[in-house]
Amino acid sequence: MRTPIAFFLVLSGILFGVGTAGVLLRKNALVIFMSVELQLNAVNLALVAFARMHGDLRGQVLAFFSMIVAAAEVVVGLAIIVAVYRRRLSVNVDDSRELRG
Amino acid sequence: MTPAASAFHYLWLIPALPLAGAAVNLFFGKRLGKLSGVLASATLGAAFLLSALLVKDLMALPGDGRLVVRHLFDWISVGNLTVAADLRLDQVSAIMILVVTGVGALIHVYAIGYMHGDPRTGRFFAYLNLFVFFMLMLVLGENLLLLYLGWEGVGLCSYLLIGFWFDRPEASVAAKKAFITTRIGDTFMLVGLALIVAKFGTLDFTAIFHATAAGGIAKGTATAIALLLFAGAIGKSAQVPLHVWLPDAMAGPTPVSALIHAATMVTAGVYLVVRMHPIFELSGVALTVVLVVGLVTAIFAGTCAFGQDDIKRVLAYSTISQLGFMFMAVGMRAYAAAMFMLVAHAFYKALMFLGAGSVMHGTHDATDMRTFGGLLKPMPITGVTFLIGAAAQAGVPPLAGFFAKDAILEIANHTGRELVYVLGTFAALLSAAYIGRLVFLTFFGEPRSQEAAHAHESPPVMWIPLAVLAAGALVAGWLNLTPEGRLAGFLEPVAGAVPGGSGLAVPVMDAIAIAITLSALIAAWYTFASGRVDWLAVRERFQPLQRVLQNGWYVDRAYQTVLVEPARAFAHITAFVVDTKIIDGLVNAIGAGVKRLASVGRRVQTGYVRTYALAIGLGVVALMFWVGVRG
Repeated sequence: MRTPIAFFLVLSGILFGVGTAGVLLRKNALVIFMSVELQLNAVNLALVAFARMHGDLRGQVLAFFSMIVAAAEVVVGLAIIVAVYRRRLSVNVDDSRELRG
Repeated sequence: MTPAASAFHYLWLIPALPLAGAAVNLFFGKRLGKLSGVLASATLGAAFLLSALLVKDLMALPGDGRLVVRHLFDWISVGNLTVAADLRLDQVSAIMILVVTGVGALIHVYAIGYMHGDPRTGRFFAYLNLFVFFMLMLVLGENLLLLYLGWEGVGLCSYLLIGFWFDRPEASVAAKKAFITTRIGDTFMLVGLALIVAKFGTLDFTAIFHATAAGGIAKGTATAIALLLFAGAIGKSAQVPLHVWLPDAMAGPTPVSALIHAATMVTAGVYLVVRMHPIFELSGVALTVVLVVGLVTAIFAGTCAFGQDDIKRVLAYSTISQLGFMFMAVGMRAYAAAMFMLVAHAFYKALMFLGAGSVMHGTHDATDMRTFGGLLKPMPITGVTFLIGAAAQAGVPPLAGFFAKDAILEIANHTGRELVYVLGTFAALLSAAYIGRLVFLTFFGEPRSQEAAHAHESPPVMWIPLAVLAAGALVAGWLNLTPEGRLAGFLEPVAGAVPGGSGLAVPVMDAIAIAITLSALIAAWYTFASGRVDWLAVRERFQPLQRVLQNGWYVDRAYQTVLVEPARAFAHITAFVVDTKIIDGLVNAIGAGVKRLASVGRRVQTGYVRTYALAIGLGVVALMFWVGVRG
């Protein structure tokens, strides 16, 4: 008996919701960053679940692509956060609002 | 071609020499130092010698063949109109180039002494040479466009030289006034040229004269062209009503006043009318206008000259008045008499201006005649030469002015223009009177100031030109002892015969003229130099009249009220109402509107990353919702 696809999707939705809430509500850049990763992984879970449902490996392959891109993004994103921290001694994103109109 | 005629190949050198001098002085004037004046004088001296040679060759040609046209190059070719750079040497231009280069060379030499010590002599002589170049182009041009080139060129140089001491406010103002006032006339003249092109299809004198002689032009057109050209002459020759610039132009260095504002440039108007006389003759109206303007100017300026205290302003008004005499002659078709007057006037008026400059030189730049007196003793050469010039202008026989003025008055009488004769004689009386006042106030009586008491004679470089010009003023009358004399005979192929007729006998008129001159001079002596009349008290008594004359009948003030002030007011409206309020207001309103709009729109940019993330998220949701609803 297979686990119904709905379980995976609900879990994926919850994870994505948590991630989105983290991005929108937290002020610490690192936490926001982690929340973004959470969103990415929620999407990965959905991808894998659908792949399994359809018996089509292309979805899983896409999940791997997504992970690798996420890894690359972490490198760049963390580097930016470190650079910002060195400059301002703060990772609070609300401190960086010079582009306010 | 005969060897003699081939000398005309070098005609182009006459204007080219001063041009070269101008170029060298303009670029290397500072390095040349004192040599710049020598160089400028040398180029003019050479040009004068060459002119004399060529005129001698011209005289050797048969009487009716004395016309040389040298083609230099094609200048402008537009559609059907071709304008060539051609030089024309005939009897009229021969006289003009001799006067321009001859008197010009003497004034250049004089200027070496006068401008000694000025830091910008190189620039001064460059302008002076450039002026002579343009003046020669004006009188040598074979077509009206070359003439116009010279015409505007001398106007430019006049502007530059009046304003040579531009650090003096009155000089720069006078320079602008001269330039703008003459431009009014020049604009009419340009319209006249356009009309000539439209009617004749050419600007060449030879072609125009042929077409005119063949009767290819209506009387009305001829009148229009003649009056437009004469408007240019009114501006350039400072005739009423455009005379206002010349007295103010005295703010320039005195050699400039002598060369440009007495001897040469201001006579360009006379030259123009003499040159274009076939067209003027087609239209009786135009000749009458010329005559009336000349007569009015002669009397008007004569009265103004009587009220001036500045020695140079007396001479300026006197120049205007004498030019009026020339135009009177032209208006009576007595072109030879006008040219004779022009030559004689060039000698004696340049002489008097240079004499006035010498007086200023000796008295630390004083110009007010009330502070002079008794200068004959400390400045004998200046004084004697000035007396000769003054006597020539006043009409003392046998000097140049007597014959010149008499010729004009005789023609007026003999052609039945009694009114012109009487008024002209009155103008002659005025000119003798004011020149007598000038001479007796300046050179006779007792010195009336420290400067006058300690005056000194000028150096030889200044008095030698004076002496040469004085000799010229003495003998110039010999050129034309009678109205039908030598000069008239020489000019006859170009200018036509002297108008004849019958009236008073010549000896009677001579007697009248001499009597008038002498009585005016004696009256001037009695009033200003005999010591028996307290002229300052007389002046006090007639102060209202004196004021009017001194201010030139308030013509300047009238122009100020009628033209300048309304123009200023209008400019004020356009500048500070139309421009700042309406045009700038519109531009500013657009800018302000955009700014206000932006101040609302920019609130979207909070600077908080999460706001943008939320917007992106909501955007995605909305997009998906839209896709889902549509699909």
